[in-house]
Amino acid sequence: MRDGISIPVYNFSGLEPLLTTDNDTIRIINFWATWCRPCVVELPYFELINTKYKGYNVEVVLVSLDLESAISSKLIPFIKKQQITSTVIVLDDVDSNTWIPKIDKEWSGAIPATLICKGGECDFYEQSFTYMSLEAALKKML
Amino acid sequence: MKTLKILAVFATVIAVSAFAIHHKTEAVILEGYEIGDTATDFSLKNVDDQLVSLSDYKQAKGFILVFTCNHCPYSKAYEDRIIALDQEFKGLGYPVIAINPNNPDSYSEDSFEAMKVRAKDKGFTFPYLIDEGQKIYPQYGATKTPHVYILQNTTAGHKVCYIGAIDNNYKNATLATAHYVSNAVNELLEGKEVSLAVTKAIGCSIKD
Repeated sequence: MRDGISIPVYNFSGLEPLLTTDNDTIRIINFWATWCRPCVVELPYFELINTKYKGYNVEVVLVSLDLESAISSKLIPFIKKQQITSTVIVLDDVDSNTWIPKIDKEWSGAIPATLICKGGECDFYEQSFTYMSLEAALKKML
Repeated sequence: MKTLKILAVFATVIAVSAFAIHHKTEAVILEGYEIGDTATDFSLKNVDDQLVSLSDYKQAKGFILVFTCNHCPYSKAYEDRIIALDQEFKGLGYPVIAINPNNPDSYSEDSFEAMKVRAKDKGFTFPYLIDEGQKIYPQYGATKTPHVYILQNTTAGHKVCYIGAIDNNYKNATLATAHYVSNAVNELLEGKEVSLAVTKAIGCSIKD
């Protein structure tokens, strides 16, 4: 807790239920960190999607992989400065060799990486997005 | 929202080029090495300004090749463990060679000058090479830092025997319960196959 912002910290089993939604909801889950420059570059697009598609049952969850020790020194000041309105959680689970393949078996572990989930299905993207390409990926699910 | 909007405009310019880079990276991943492939040799500049190649190591049985860099928190978290691997295995024939695959134009912290400073400050006991022009890491298929490739010298060349992470706890070396790289090298030294040859870990994506 800092500056009135508190970030929930999950392990993978806490995160896993987010990969499933009901059939009317699309959840965009973006894996990022404050130290990852291409991640920070694309965050505004996720924010814009979160605002623009709010009425369409689209939800953006930004999963930060910042180290736990950086939550109050780096992550919270970043969220405040950039006025992030999407949900931000921290995934703190060191056993990445177990959970990375559960996100997607092709994921090398590099970030940014993004899941777009609807019902029990998720599309996985190990890439950077532009606003156009992110919206196009979302529309495939709408 | 002002800050964010400014960032968004600025980001559009960068993201267009980042997206173009992505397509290149995707192709690279497909072309990268798999276990059993023969890895390319290279001639890259070390922090002492000398060129280093795998073929310089006449006595080596193989190599612990680590793609790593200065700026990445995960790389920093593993620096001491990379030094420890070199100290443990260099004498046994598996020296560490570190390569910084990042374009310094993307991260000034990863410049050649900054690499020299980092290597000196941390007392690296192994070469820390710059992949000038980003030509070597795509051939290996490295996507992030740190990303380890263990090579075994065979008559057919440098055989890729392990690809992945150093251990299973980036936060705390003493809490790691699976020491992937040590185990793999020990198995090779015992003449065995590597039992866990591919592992996954979070890392900082490599920037062209």
